[in-house]
Amino acid sequence: MKSPGKVAAFAVAALAGVGLLTGCSSGSSDANGKVAITVASLIPGSSPDAFKAFNQHIKDFEKANPDILVKPVEYQWTGPTFSAQLAAGTLPDVFNVPFTDSKSLANAGQLADITSNVKQLSYYDKFNKSLLQVAENDKGDIFGIPYGPYAYGLSYNRALFTKAGLDPNKPPTTWDEVRADAKTISDKLGIAGFMEFTSGNTGGWGLTEMTYARGGRMETTSGSKTTVTADNPQTVDALKFLQQMRWTDNSLGSNFLLDWSGMNQYFGSGQTAMFPSGSDVLTSLVQQDGVKASDYGLALIPTSGANSGVLSGGNVAVVSVGASAAEKAASVKWIDSYYMQKLLDKSAAVTDAKSLVANKQPVGVPQLPIFDKAQLDTSLGWIDSYINVPKSNVAPFQDGIFTQTIIPEPAKHTQELYGALDTVVQAVLTDKNADIPTLLKGVDTQIQALIDADAAKK
Amino acid sequence: MTATTAIPAHRRRKRTPMTWLRGGGLWNLLFLLPMLIVFGVFSWGPIVESVVMSVQKTNFVTTSFVGIDNFVAVFNDPQLATAVTNTAWFALLALIFGYPLPLIVAVLMSEVRRRRGLFSALAYLPVVVPPVVAALLWKRFFDASPHGVFNTIIGWVGIPPQPWIQSASSAMPSIVLEATWAAAGGTIIIYLAALTSVAPELYDAAEVDGAGIWQKIWHVTLPQLRGVLLVTFILQIIGTAQVFLEPFLITGGGPVNSTLTILQLIYRYAFTNSIGGDYGKATALSIMLALVLAAFSFVYFRVTRAWSEN
Repeated sequence: MKSPGKVAAFAVAALAGVGLLTGCSSGSSDANGKVAITVASLIPGSSPDAFKAFNQHIKDFEKANPDILVKPVEYQWTGPTFSAQLAAGTLPDVFNVPFTDSKSLANAGQLADITSNVKQLSYYDKFNKSLLQVAENDKGDIFGIPYGPYAYGLSYNRALFTKAGLDPNKPPTTWDEVRADAKTISDKLGIAGFMEFTSGNTGGWGLTEMTYARGGRMETTSGSKTTVTADNPQTVDALKFLQQMRWTDNSLGSNFLLDWSGMNQYFGSGQTAMFPSGSDVLTSLVQQDGVKASDYGLALIPTSGANSGVLSGGNVAVVSVGASAAEKAASVKWIDSYYMQKLLDKSAAVTDAKSLVANKQPVGVPQLPIFDKAQLDTSLGWIDSYINVPKSNVAPFQDGIFTQTIIPEPAKHTQELYGALDTVVQAVLTDKNADIPTLLKGVDTQIQALIDADAAKK
Repeated sequence: MTATTAIPAHRRRKRTPMTWLRGGGLWNLLFLLPMLIVFGVFSWGPIVESVVMSVQKTNFVTTSFVGIDNFVAVFNDPQLATAVTNTAWFALLALIFGYPLPLIVAVLMSEVRRRRGLFSALAYLPVVVPPVVAALLWKRFFDASPHGVFNTIIGWVGIPPQPWIQSASSAMPSIVLEATWAAAGGTIIIYLAALTSVAPELYDAAEVDGAGIWQKIWHVTLPQLRGVLLVTFILQIIGTAQVFLEPFLITGGGPVNSTLTILQLIYRYAFTNSIGGDYGKATALSIMLALVLAAFSFVYFRVTRAWSEN
């Protein structure tokens, strides 16, 4: 069998085989006339009970929308993994991004324009317009639906407070009290009394919150000019506070490389008694780190001084840029069903809460309103009998948060700014003689260069 | 140079496409094709694409040509000097500890008469542990609290708790410790295999001449292994210049960028900014690293050619 003809036939057969395989591997969004979409489900590593609750929601959704097939995909937004997925085109059709990123992604054409789909929603006019703006591009087109807004709070372990002889119903309300309680816990229990994020861009996120709480800002905008102001008295004060806790009190433990997941594990395993984080963190702490809601407490971040406030953020449910018109419509239906209806419709709220309770998930995790406070209160009233997060445990936060000034995250090059500030926080915690003003000046120079480069291109 | 028998010009068959075809050339090509396609698509394709991307600014939606701007930006980045210094520091430490250790262990093991298989298995075991698992395990071992695994062990001999990866000065040596543990097994096996090829008569002759164990190692073992040593040396340099996994998983480049390596800087360029990384700068630095390593390898082989041949 050496004739060129046979060889050619063999080659054609082989190529046809490759073609068949290729045909097998390319997915089709339509199966039996149905629209198939992939949606972000839960963070990898979440408990089987949490997945059970999520899958139940899919079943209910598919029953109500027989022309749509939903495939869940585990998903967690982190800066580095998200950009890799974005570059590789492996994101699901529906996923979420933080408030800090949605506008930039929309302007860069990396998200699907869902303006017409969102405007068809019956409650479109009810949206808090300033909140909806985070999901719009500069032209005002809509690229997502905001959900789950949070404010920073002080998470604390009530059981460890009790063990250290502190009253868990009286969490610290000033930074001095935070320091004193942290030292007591550290001295008595040999663990970190308090800890701050330090890596994966979260060190900068946490330091920004500590700056806001003292009245400072990381960026200021005047007209079209944005100036990076990391080297401000309040940030210096916040870092000196950490420096004293680390090197004078020795109350910050011994791990200074903690990102968001690492910190949650640290807290979940009882290695730190307090840490500042988003007010919605309890859901992850329960789903991933085995934290009992009864042991969890949430207090307000202490604020002081003029212009002080609490950092807030949230997520935007968005649709993949490659989605077809039918997939976009199906995706917005899913976002409406999964993220919105429990806030707007009593039966949806009750069904969701029932499912969460049945699957041992927390109900009643503190959140900020997407529409207005009255709407949030109404939706919480519907599920009052299902709330399993002890209200008294989160009362110190819940009772005071609506009187606080809510401040959004820095707008320009946020993630790079946070990354640069990570290094500063690490330096303060690992080098006794860290030169704080010089480190912060370095951040100003580094991030200002990026902002100026953007301005020069316009 | 050895003499070759030249075929007279008039007896050489003239190669034409037809003779190539009749000689089975098409079959050869056909069997070669899968490998060529795989190599082209998965190796050369990305390399060519990287070169193109290094002169572009792209977010994979919009792309523009920027010339050498990415290279200039990388050169002007203060983090480049940090990454190069850290990588060189890692390479030096790995060379001092990681390069001779497997050789010493292999020579000692080759002297062992009994249970050599058991020792080989023990030496190779760390290589079998998946690198990510190993790095994450060591991260736990490096716990800086007094209750950490290593701090407990050193506490038994009265040494106070060490910060390990939590201090800018000790983070890199700690990572080298893990990397050496993880990689030594593979090199030990290579040396053990090479040692079996050393003729026993040479040791007998050396013994007759009155050589002790150290003289036998210095005058017989090492010269006989020089070819393997040269290759493992260059592989070690290339490997350490491309270190990524350990600092990425164990310290994330911290504390204070003390374990930020060149590959990690490339990763940061590409992926730290969640709203679209600077893939141009990332590929520019990748190409610069590849060129430096290629130049180093070329010079290294030229310089050591004489030693290798003699």
